[in-house]
Amino acid sequence: MKVRVELDRCVGGGQCVLAAPDVFDQRDEDGLVILLQASPPTELHDAVREAAHACPALAIELLEE
Amino acid sequence: MDRIVVVGASAAGLAAAEVLRREGFDGDLTLVGDERHLPYDRPPLSKQVLRGAWEPHRTALRGQEMLDALGARWHLGTRATGLDLAARHVYTAEGGRHDFDGLVIATGVTPKCLPGGNNLAGVHQLRTLDDALALRADLLTKPEVVVVGAGFLGAEAAAVAREIGLEVTLVDPLDAPLIRQFGRQIGDLVAELHRSRGVKLRLGVGVTALDTEAGRVSGVRLDDGTAVAAQLVLVSIGSTPNIGWLQGSGLSLSNGVDCDTRGWAAPGVVAAGDVANWMHPCLGVRVRVEHRLNATEQGTVAARTLLGIEQDYTPVPYFWTDQFDVRLQAYGTPDANAELTVVAGHPAVGRFAGIYSASGRVVAAIAWNMPREARELRQRVVDDLVLR
Repeated sequence: MKVRVELDRCVGGGQCVLAAPDVFDQRDEDGLVILLQASPPTELHDAVREAAHACPALAIELLEE
Repeated sequence: MDRIVVVGASAAGLAAAEVLRREGFDGDLTLVGDERHLPYDRPPLSKQVLRGAWEPHRTALRGQEMLDALGARWHLGTRATGLDLAARHVYTAEGGRHDFDGLVIATGVTPKCLPGGNNLAGVHQLRTLDDALALRADLLTKPEVVVVGAGFLGAEAAAVAREIGLEVTLVDPLDAPLIRQFGRQIGDLVAELHRSRGVKLRLGVGVTALDTEAGRVSGVRLDDGTAVAAQLVLVSIGSTPNIGWLQGSGLSLSNGVDCDTRGWAAPGVVAAGDVANWMHPCLGVRVRVEHRLNATEQGTVAARTLLGIEQDYTPVPYFWTDQFDVRLQAYGTPDANAELTVVAGHPAVGRFAGIYSASGRVVAAIAWNMPREARELRQRVVDDLVLR
């Protein structure tokens, strides 16, 4: 799985951090998403899918292999 | 369960359809939507789309291949007109009939009109992509603008209109913008934000009539006897749930489609999104939430419920608004009667986070240009929600 984030969509709601804190964080200044791992290990895939589903701004794109 | 019909092809309906497939439903799946567009996202309509920063296609909720992968039948531009609960039929405006074993109701809301309607040229509402494009086209003719209603939508649209250089007046019968949602302290800050950018505020006054000239709006009359010239009026005074098509169906309808704590409106029938009036298991009252994240979360839970994977829906609402250079975010349900305590930053520096408390419990966390802190404060809302 490859993860991509789109900063110009992100609204800084932090739902991704709540769902998958090992993969996503937020910038201090504006809360926009920080991608910690672009190729997360298998055991995190469900959490990452949950994060992408929960994102209220469609800012997370998953490329499933 | 072999046939599921989802009425409403926006965020909640789409989330439900996707989760039905993800949870293994492989029967006939039908989506009925009254708009002609494939599912799109609404929050950008009053922000990026209105500003012209995004082309309309960027609001698409999914690409064509992901929609194709759902293996669903789509009936767009098709309004549902009736439900026969006993026979398990949904009827549509074109005389169509869709038979179901399971039904998801996600028909959303419709903007309220001023008495007399919104049909006059130059009078706009903002709910759909077509509304947003029509409003933007009219804004580009450089009219004087009056926005009636200083809730999220009205305040955001007023900010955009001002940013593109127009004369804007924001009118509301209450004493501050967003006061219903956030109370007086935040309302006053939002008012000051708009004033500082040149938006004229007419607060504490109602609209009594629209003036017309050559078949087009020319001004707004207020109940203090004054009038404001306007060639464009945006009416953003709230919405009503789209339940007219369900009248007489036997479903319990009040402020939306009444559901239990898991989303059941009737056996085999669930509701989600703006139209759903759920019994909140912690609060013990019905709640209907018109926020973007709720559409996804409730659509998800409703779909699972329909498949027998039942769980109570206990959301911590999240919502945000962008106005000028301020992003105001909230987790939970602030209300005008709760007390706001600033716990980080300070309003004077344009950056702060705080909590709303009522009856000794934290009911919401908010942030004014301080997003990380709000997310961290969210846990206090969660902790107090489960205690109730």
